[in-house]
Amino acid sequence: MPLAMTRAQSRLPHLCGAWALPALALALSVAPLGGVRAETVLVSNEKGNSITVLDGESLKVLRTVPVGQRPRGIVLSQDKKTLYICASDDDEIETLDLDKFTLGPPLPSGPDPETFALHPDGLHLYVANEGSSLVSIVDIAARRIAGEIPVGVEPEGMGISPDGKWIVNTSETTSMAHFIDNDTRKVVANVLVDSRPRRAEWTADGQQVWVSSEIGGSVSVIDPASHKIVHKIAFAVSGVPQEAIQAVGVALTKDRKLAFVALGPANRVAVVDAQTYEVKKYLLVGQRVWNLAFNSDESRLYTTNGISNDISVIDVPNLRVVKSVTVGNQPWGVVVRP
Amino acid sequence: MGHPIGRRARRALLALSALAALMALALGSPRAEEQSPAAVKIGFLREGVKREAPQPYLDPPPADEGVAGARLGIADDNTTGRFTGQHFVLAEAIAPAGGDVAAAFRKLVGEGVRLVVTDLPEAPLLAVAALPEARAVTLFNAAAPDDDLRAEKCRANLLHTVPSRAMLADALLEYLLAKQWPKVFLVVGPTEGDRAYAAAVKRAVAKFGAKLVAEKPWTFQPGAKRSDSGHYSIAAEVANFTQGVSYDVLVVADEDDQFGDYMSYATYAPRPVAGTAGLVPTAWARPHEEWGATQLQDRFRQAAKRWMTARDYAAWLAVRAVGEAAARAQSVEPEKLIAFMRGEQFQLGGYKGTPLSFRPWDGQMRQAILLADTRALVSVSPPPGRFLHQFSELDTLGMDRPESKCRLQ
Repeated sequence: MPLAMTRAQSRLPHLCGAWALPALALALSVAPLGGVRAETVLVSNEKGNSITVLDGESLKVLRTVPVGQRPRGIVLSQDKKTLYICASDDDEIETLDLDKFTLGPPLPSGPDPETFALHPDGLHLYVANEGSSLVSIVDIAARRIAGEIPVGVEPEGMGISPDGKWIVNTSETTSMAHFIDNDTRKVVANVLVDSRPRRAEWTADGQQVWVSSEIGGSVSVIDPASHKIVHKIAFAVSGVPQEAIQAVGVALTKDRKLAFVALGPANRVAVVDAQTYEVKKYLLVGQRVWNLAFNSDESRLYTTNGISNDISVIDVPNLRVVKSVTVGNQPWGVVVRP
Repeated sequence: MGHPIGRRARRALLALSALAALMALALGSPRAEEQSPAAVKIGFLREGVKREAPQPYLDPPPADEGVAGARLGIADDNTTGRFTGQHFVLAEAIAPAGGDVAAAFRKLVGEGVRLVVTDLPEAPLLAVAALPEARAVTLFNAAAPDDDLRAEKCRANLLHTVPSRAMLADALLEYLLAKQWPKVFLVVGPTEGDRAYAAAVKRAVAKFGAKLVAEKPWTFQPGAKRSDSGHYSIAAEVANFTQGVSYDVLVVADEDDQFGDYMSYATYAPRPVAGTAGLVPTAWARPHEEWGATQLQDRFRQAAKRWMTARDYAAWLAVRAVGEAAARAQSVEPEKLIAFMRGEQFQLGGYKGTPLSFRPWDGQMRQAILLADTRALVSVSPPPGRFLHQFSELDTLGMDRPESKCRLQ
């Protein structure tokens, strides 16, 4: 595809590449990485209504499990034996036994659950109900909605502080990160970020929350103590129109040295120095890259690519894309079971 | 597939939560902000014209078309307003058919309204915009697609959230060129709007280097469509009408849907139909569910009990533009909101993937245009990376700055 000069190109002359080209043709084979244990990679397929299960070492698809309608957010239970699945169009959370791969009785979710987060207590799920401007709190053991918190229009991202005290929810059309006190279940602060915020990711030390903005194409780094944006990270990829740069998935290493940001239809994952906020590199992955997940020792990062129906595998130490694997129809969420 | 329609339990829940939200608003939200919120009053001005049903009589125009979009926009603005301490109110004014639009407008201004969304045709809109009382008011044109409103007849107190005919025609031609279907056969209906639509198509044909191989007026008056075998005469007429021309696409200019729907499958050669029928360039369409559009479709259907139309969408955009500017500029003063909205930092999410903003040269909101029929979204223009632009690919649709004939005053 011929490319003409764009503003982005002059900004970053050392990078090149046809932005619309998928990374399907990556012919690189994966050299077995040291330290990768027999993990399982789980991917939700939004249009395929299924969960793809892959072997974390061979990256072979082990099985595809049919689940409810429009599965998006997925989260592991604390004992890692159960996968919770937001079946958005079935208005419930499904529970998948990860040893038998059978569905157990579903949990209530409130209407149109898109994403959720497991509280560090392991007992509660916090669900973003996209259609009804609510965050629902699900008591897992009692199988009931234990509380509802009104938030902005189209709640999306859910992030819970490592100490469990603070819940951050983003609302896409309101463009805010809402900080909720877990004890009082009240919204205590609202941080206006760029248009259409998606993920809210806490750093492992609980000192920052990183919020991606899809339409704004940026990441706001928020200090949870002052509720102020301490830095805003912008992105520019050579040959890619600025409108196609849409920040969605965010993954931070536990040592807070590196951050990875999925840039949606730009088909790139940005590698960011999480200390200086400098963008170090853009990695070409599959089409419309959405969500990200590390393996246990953070040597690999998996990306879901919604249009090319595959996942890309990033070698984290070498910052290289090493493989892509076809999964189901419109992959959305990804988690790794140790 | 799997669209969440007809789930009774869920609808009931949603309705309940919506009701609860409304009650919370009515009672003054008990959360966070103690002081009464600062209010923004947005006017909505329309004529009480009884609109005629299109010929096939399948989709009679809803009585609340347009204003239903503005009402949802207010609800969305207020959900955000709970967190910013801002409140939004819609002041609806209906002028009687053929009656005094100016009086209805003056009444709004008298109530302190400075931001008015209009669902008016070009002539009454221009008349209102020229009133002395309109000098301190900004009008959001959410209904009139006329190109001269963005050119010779443009005004400094007018913003347009409805796409111009030029934008629609450019969006269609971008698609035809991408498909390598450059030979256009244009069929033009009898109304002034049809001729204006045809003019926009011809301009787009020239702009993108396509080819106008034929242009014919549609004059046939089918006598008895509803009588048994009435379709024979129409099909025979369409076949005859389209015979003897070598073309790729039949482009129909028929804004009132008087005949366009009869063209498909009846042409002499097997050729697709596009324009106001068949594959339609439009700001909003029922099959659109990308970029989170499902959420807006759901919210609208829940509130209005019907599907959102492009006219509803234009009104929703106008009200949301005010709400977005209020949240970002942290102000409820109309002058500050308008200054922010016209500025470079303004970005509105419109469920089309890219942020929407206003063109400084003619007040038109830039936006991607959908290409859809009644059942499927076929494409979205501009197709990424295909028609390049120095600043924004969205400015490949409609009148770009260098060609604009608008001198704002």
